[in-house]
Amino acid sequence: MTRITIGPFNRVEGDLEVRLDIESGRVRRAEVTAPLYRGFEQILEGRPPLDALALAPRICGICSVSQSVAAAAALRDAMAIEAAPNGLLATSIAHAAENAADHLTHFYIFFMPDFAREAYAAHDWHAATHERFAATRGSAARDALPARARLLETMGIIAGKWPHSLAFQPGGTTRAIDLGERVRLLSIATAFRSFLERIVFADALENVLAITTADELDRWRDGRGGDFAHFLRLADSLALSGLGRGTGLMMSYGAYHGTDGELFPRGLFGPRAAIEPLPLAQITEDVSHAWMRDSSADPAHSSTIPDPDKPAAYSWCKAPRLSGQPIEVGAIARQTVAGQALIADLVSASGTNVRNRVIARLIETARIALAMEQWTRALRLSEPFCTNSCDIPDGSYVGLVEAARGSLGHWMAVRGGRIARYQIIAPTTWNFSPRDSFDVGGPLEQALVGTDVGDAGARAVAIQHIVRSFDPCMVCTAH
Amino acid sequence: MSRSDAMTNVLWLQGASCGGCTMSILESGASGWFDELRQFGVNLLWHPSVSEETGEEAVEILQSVLDGKVRLDLLLLEGSVARGPSDTGRFNMLAGTNRSVYRWMLDLAPHAGYVIAIGSCAAYGGVPAAGSNPTDAVGLQFEGSDSGGALGAAFRSRLGLPVINVAGCAPHPGWMMETILALTTKDIAASDLDGYGRPKFVANHLAHHGCSRNEFYEFKASAETMSERGCLMEHLGCKATQAVGDCNQRSWNGGGSCTKGGYACIACTSPGFEGAQNFLETAKLAGIPVGLPTDMPKAWFVALAALSKSATPRRVRLNATADHVVVPPGRTTTKTKP
Repeated sequence: MTRITIGPFNRVEGDLEVRLDIESGRVRRAEVTAPLYRGFEQILEGRPPLDALALAPRICGICSVSQSVAAAAALRDAMAIEAAPNGLLATSIAHAAENAADHLTHFYIFFMPDFAREAYAAHDWHAATHERFAATRGSAARDALPARARLLETMGIIAGKWPHSLAFQPGGTTRAIDLGERVRLLSIATAFRSFLERIVFADALENVLAITTADELDRWRDGRGGDFAHFLRLADSLALSGLGRGTGLMMSYGAYHGTDGELFPRGLFGPRAAIEPLPLAQITEDVSHAWMRDSSADPAHSSTIPDPDKPAAYSWCKAPRLSGQPIEVGAIARQTVAGQALIADLVSASGTNVRNRVIARLIETARIALAMEQWTRALRLSEPFCTNSCDIPDGSYVGLVEAARGSLGHWMAVRGGRIARYQIIAPTTWNFSPRDSFDVGGPLEQALVGTDVGDAGARAVAIQHIVRSFDPCMVCTAH
Repeated sequence: MSRSDAMTNVLWLQGASCGGCTMSILESGASGWFDELRQFGVNLLWHPSVSEETGEEAVEILQSVLDGKVRLDLLLLEGSVARGPSDTGRFNMLAGTNRSVYRWMLDLAPHAGYVIAIGSCAAYGGVPAAGSNPTDAVGLQFEGSDSGGALGAAFRSRLGLPVINVAGCAPHPGWMMETILALTTKDIAASDLDGYGRPKFVANHLAHHGCSRNEFYEFKASAETMSERGCLMEHLGCKATQAVGDCNQRSWNGGGSCTKGGYACIACTSPGFEGAQNFLETAKLAGIPVGLPTDMPKAWFVALAALSKSATPRRVRLNATADHVVVPPGRTTTKTKP
């Protein structure tokens, strides 16, 4: 058996190291390390609660709106106020823009360049794929980056700037949108839809979302242009539906909260392969293999104190568990729990894997592009966008949202007008969790086991696909 | 001559970072950042978020710089330098190298024509240095507002400049890109940097300049709570009159800025901004804001504020505490000659 270390693992957000034990050309055991710790939870302790709005988003420059919205949700829970309906809509529009930008960045800048690598030079699709997706040089970046920048103009209107905005407050958002701005927001959403329809799908979004089964998807793909169909052909050629299989357990906290519920509902895709209520009280964090001192397992009562010399530890990431189980989160979990027909069909056929994760991300992008248009039209321009904040009594509060990569929770305890404890469990904390005290690995660690690396060892591109299919955000992971 | 000889070789690394500076600069360029770099002859040797090379291929690139096989023109760091625990840098290891980013920066910096701190973390320590600073985070050549940092006050890059600090959290894509491009033609001299190492083309302006709430500021007509239209300085913590940056002149994300977005400037281009508390509340002594413009006698400011408040038009006063325009500008009649 040989042990290999892969790092720096780039084209992910933040720092990542992966260690693999290889036996007969297959991964026998994987250890995933988050090699950066900054200490946001420690930094927030002792501060006025509203300071979380300025500091918590700065955990992550790629999903800062998600972090903002989670902090604002925890503070709203603490203040026991209702946000202005317009504020919730404006938050959803901005949050959708960030999540869609994340999905684009992942697909075009982080994930697809691996198929342009020399390792695939023998395939008949390689030349076209290299021309289109080669890192920094491919033609796709010239389409995707300007489209991303245009989409993020949503932030200039709603949030002032991106990343790291203070626009998202417990009571709503910090500026009212006027008629001209609504038209500008619609114009951005329309341009985004046009980009998706011309470049990504080569079809109307309604047609894409009308596909409900794997067979229909195959028929739709044949002979079609666009980058999604390009990916589907690569996925078939390389059997990506058999690569990086997940544990089968998935959850979503529910995404895009409005006054009458969520666009994508909350729930658990459980051991019976059915959608069940999510037992939130069963969330714990295990630190047996994290460089962290022992603390309460319940995030509402735990602390984060580094212990860099702890034996058997190999990551700054704690190991979150739901009812004692590792859980996969992300677009595939969100769309499965939401009952999206195509994703449900794909998951029922082959579970979670490299191909299905990417399909779920792009199908979700189509769904939120349409929702952005509807939310923008639903703004009632003469009504308030924010209700007033108020003082926070002592107590424990929680804010649960969905970031692009999955479920994000902020647990905050307040004593005497100061933050007594602040605990964050980010999506990649779930997906890239180290082992727990029962020696059960996190979803990525399990997904890597059994992967055929042949003679390529650390250079095996299959490993790259599996890791990036989760779209890891390592700066969120250990924060 | 190989490609990398003719071009400007840039290496971008991330320390204790959120990745936000990279996310910001990806907005640069009409046909995308990668095209823009090529148009100006910039060769990105490696960037952790966008380059093809991963694992040992990436380490080989860094090693080739240390070995003197590849000329390094610009070394960029995004994120703080985490020196802890106990000066080992172990809070931030460069994956796969068994070596901390702190150590890598100490080794690489002497090879670089110029060293650029991308963002306030790399410049001064930034948000990871807030509160108890659990990781002993510092900037490359500053620790807050004190000179020193990871490389030390005496450090000068191969071409003789101290670290160039493109401060901001995150910095505007233009600040980063214009600094990089100006250095490709060696157009930045020591005299083009301010006392905190920031390029003067940014630092000679205040975030206040060009603020869309300027009329409210003139009359001290102030917003009292979030989402109101008035000036944010008196009650809601705005530091734009003290913070450098052309945020309100060039605008962000196609037309925004913090103050235009309805929330305070938190002075994210200033060393130590992360140490403030109650970011969205104005600190006051005897009812007078503590953080008045630094280059104006306080007594004058108070006298002028009282005078301008007494002269505030009804329109400005009422709009200041509303989230929509409640009193539009009056109709003016322009008399034309008969």
